[in-house]
Amino acid sequence: MSQGVLQAKLWYAQRISAMVLGLCVSIHLLIIFYAIRGGLTAEEILGRTQGNVPFAIFYEIFVLACFVHAPIGLANILEETFSRGFISRLLPWVLAALILVLGSTAVVGVYTGGNV
Amino acid sequence: MSSRPTLDLRAKSHLSYFAYVCHRFSGLLLACFIPLHFLMLSQSLRGASDFERYLGLTDFWVFKFGEWALVILLAIHLIGGIRLLIIEFGPWRGLRKAWTQLAILFGIACGLLFLYLAN
Repeated sequence: MSQGVLQAKLWYAQRISAMVLGLCVSIHLLIIFYAIRGGLTAEEILGRTQGNVPFAIFYEIFVLACFVHAPIGLANILEETFSRGFISRLLPWVLAALILVLGSTAVVGVYTGGNV
Repeated sequence: MSSRPTLDLRAKSHLSYFAYVCHRFSGLLLACFIPLHFLMLSQSLRGASDFERYLGLTDFWVFKFGEWALVILLAIHLIGGIRLLIIEFGPWRGLRKAWTQLAILFGIACGLLFLYLAN
């Protein structure tokens, strides 16, 4: 794949993921404001999320959209600010792996509450 | 070599440059925060009591200030992102300066609401 085609595909992937994230972040902000009233406890969080399939699906979609969106953004910043070297290429992949693995683990965690 | 164009003072004193800097800065900080946020939430796999113990580790003013700042950054990045999508996918009607102003106001509103509800 030529660099131009790759750049165009990455641009499009970031915009599509941004559209999904726009919805997810709006809902997440509402959930944050609802959840923080009177402090945040593990019991409260798990009480909302444990065994809740729509919640788990929503947050997994959120994680997948972040997995696409954030590394492309980081790659753009690194490429425009520094030279296109090994670190500039590696860091977005590291971020992508961290988001996918830790994010999905978090979704499984809050869905099961540790009862796997 | 960096592919960033060299901008003079006129371009940098433009409201859209301010919007660009806000979007980059908030996006970069959110990208740094997201893995840590997921790491914390993944501790729920250890069960409710251990999860509570890990949540307790963030009971310092530095973390509280960080959470508050990140909610503001998330709000700014959200509205700034919608502005970009409207510019790129909508009919061309200039640089949508009102959306830049809305991003700042929405960030301030979310920050204040967070402070109000968290107490």
